[in-house]
Amino acid sequence: MTKQKQLAVFLIAAIVLIALPLFAQQMGQGPVRIMALAMLYVLLALGLNIVVGYAGLLDLGYVAFYAVGAYMYALLASPHLAENFEGFKAMFPNGLHTPIWLVIPLGAGLAAFAGVLLGMPVLKLRGDYLAIVTLGFGEIIRVFLNNLEHPVNITNGPRGLDRIDPMNLFGFSFGKAIEIGDFRIPSVTLYYWLFLALVVGSLLVCYRLETSRIGRAWMAIREDEIAAKAMGINTRNMKLLAFGMGATFGGVSGAMFAAFQGFVSPESFSLMESVMIVAMVVVGGIGHLPGVILGALLLAILPEALRYVAGDVQNLTGGRIDSSILRQLLIALAMVVVMLLRPRGLWPSSEHGKAAPSPVTK
Amino acid sequence: MDIFFQQIINGLVLGSMYALVALGYTMVYGIINLINFAHGEVLMVGALTSWTVVSALEGSGLPGWVLLVISIPISIVVCSALNFSIEKVAYRPLRNAPRLAPLITAMGMSLLLQTLAMIVWKPNPKPYPILIASEPINLGGPVISIVQCLILGLTAVILAALMYLVNRTKLGRAMRATAENPRVAALMGVKPDMVISATFIIGAALAAVAGIMWAANYGTVQHSMGFLPGLKAFTAAVLGGIGNLAGAVVGGILLGLVEAIGAGYLGELTGGVLGSHYADIFAFIALILVLTLRPSGLLGERVADRA
Repeated sequence: MTKQKQLAVFLIAAIVLIALPLFAQQMGQGPVRIMALAMLYVLLALGLNIVVGYAGLLDLGYVAFYAVGAYMYALLASPHLAENFEGFKAMFPNGLHTPIWLVIPLGAGLAAFAGVLLGMPVLKLRGDYLAIVTLGFGEIIRVFLNNLEHPVNITNGPRGLDRIDPMNLFGFSFGKAIEIGDFRIPSVTLYYWLFLALVVGSLLVCYRLETSRIGRAWMAIREDEIAAKAMGINTRNMKLLAFGMGATFGGVSGAMFAAFQGFVSPESFSLMESVMIVAMVVVGGIGHLPGVILGALLLAILPEALRYVAGDVQNLTGGRIDSSILRQLLIALAMVVVMLLRPRGLWPSSEHGKAAPSPVTK
Repeated sequence: MDIFFQQIINGLVLGSMYALVALGYTMVYGIINLINFAHGEVLMVGALTSWTVVSALEGSGLPGWVLLVISIPISIVVCSALNFSIEKVAYRPLRNAPRLAPLITAMGMSLLLQTLAMIVWKPNPKPYPILIASEPINLGGPVISIVQCLILGLTAVILAALMYLVNRTKLGRAMRATAENPRVAALMGVKPDMVISATFIIGAALAAVAGIMWAANYGTVQHSMGFLPGLKAFTAAVLGGIGNLAGAVVGGILLGLVEAIGAGYLGELTGGVLGSHYADIFAFIALILVLTLRPSGLLGERVADRA
């Protein structure tokens, strides 16, 4: 393909992606919402891909970092703290409304810190142990979110935090619809564009990382840690970096999620979510950016889209299969079937991910 | 002091259930290096099957213990068949695939079983009937119920039988050989596929028994009941050193004790700041500590990291 042709394809794709919600919103907010959430999942999958795909560290508690980012945003941009603490109330009588330029770096930083903190003791473990420890870490965070309302109410327990400020950029609020003449662009569409922009940005970061010295070091560790060490790679620091970097993505996505929903509760950060994100990365094609995006879009959109046929299924099965059960069933089946038919994912990379050919002489 | 002994009893009961499930994890991991995430769901299926059998026969006027005795073998057969087919369908084709692939199918299987259970048995929690009603036995302060006595006794018998099976029989020797080195074992006339199937069947039988114990002890069954015990049992297996049968038992009982004692005293020790609902995180904190200080588990051998 010539450079001009590439540019043309790129431009068309960009226009389609940007214009898509304008058409979808004619069918109501539902489809646009699903698209925005799918973008958020792409963001999460890209972050996890750094940890699992590049560095080869299986992280089953990724949702913990997502939760850290979300709760950070929720606490600093909602009336909750001011309502429950006298000190805050004296300082911020209208509730805390920290600007996003402060909250998002804070959320990302805290998530990265949590990642490094968790990584420090556990990164020397063998792969499967790492999986189970990170899984435990995710559960620990969830238990704390569920219970930190007593004796001092920090997270508001299972009821979650609500009345969270919408995203606000240079005085432009994403929470309100904008109207141009007769044409109305609802808030979900605005969020979709925001998330799309973030995905494009992250994609650039990931792509550059992949071909950088750091990315190559990660892949070397993934293929053979001992050999990587022998080549002079500081494997410990590199793994910590991968963990921290992945966690940062999680933290930012979490903050976005909180602003988008306006409400966070521990229920959104269950193990099921972690499994979902891992499934997206692995089903799509581990360590391969187009594959990861495909996996995330597929697993995020397909089950939601199939909800529209759930009514018929529900009638057919006498109410035994409702839409949420159907969704779970489809995700589970997708995980099993895709792995059985294509163990390296739907769209695997052609060069990486393969073990070196065994040294057999012809 | 009474509280202390009471918590020890509770911990032992909890720990023996963990141990039974942990054995299933550790045997499978020892042989094919796979975390069988669906194992906790096998426990759930065992409990729900037994619930179905018991509630179907409840009107027949048979005494409770007869119902229990009837339901145990039925659950064992159902779970064994289930685990056997899971291995055959979902794990066997992936034996030489990239390491993450079977792990993902295992997680998918776990989710699939939970969802199917939700469809078959409906999502609501169901009360498990009290089959052996009795006054709890007073041990001079702490009390123990008949069901708890039975759990402890049955666990001891099962463990003894399993030790005999693994250490004294031909199948056990084949299992140990396959765990050590499947290729060499195959050269010696062991059929690895057969041994792996047998391992899954034995593990499922243990999980089925543990599931019925769980249901009888806590009195409720639900499609999601298998997840947390499964997770903690795996923790127990790692705690004791994965792949090591004695380690799984030690790890399970230790974990049960830590959890029960922790839950009993946490509120008191921290002046009511942290309550017993934090009990669930003990398992994970213990796991992180053990793995940091002794990565191969309490009884595990030091294994070189495989590239």
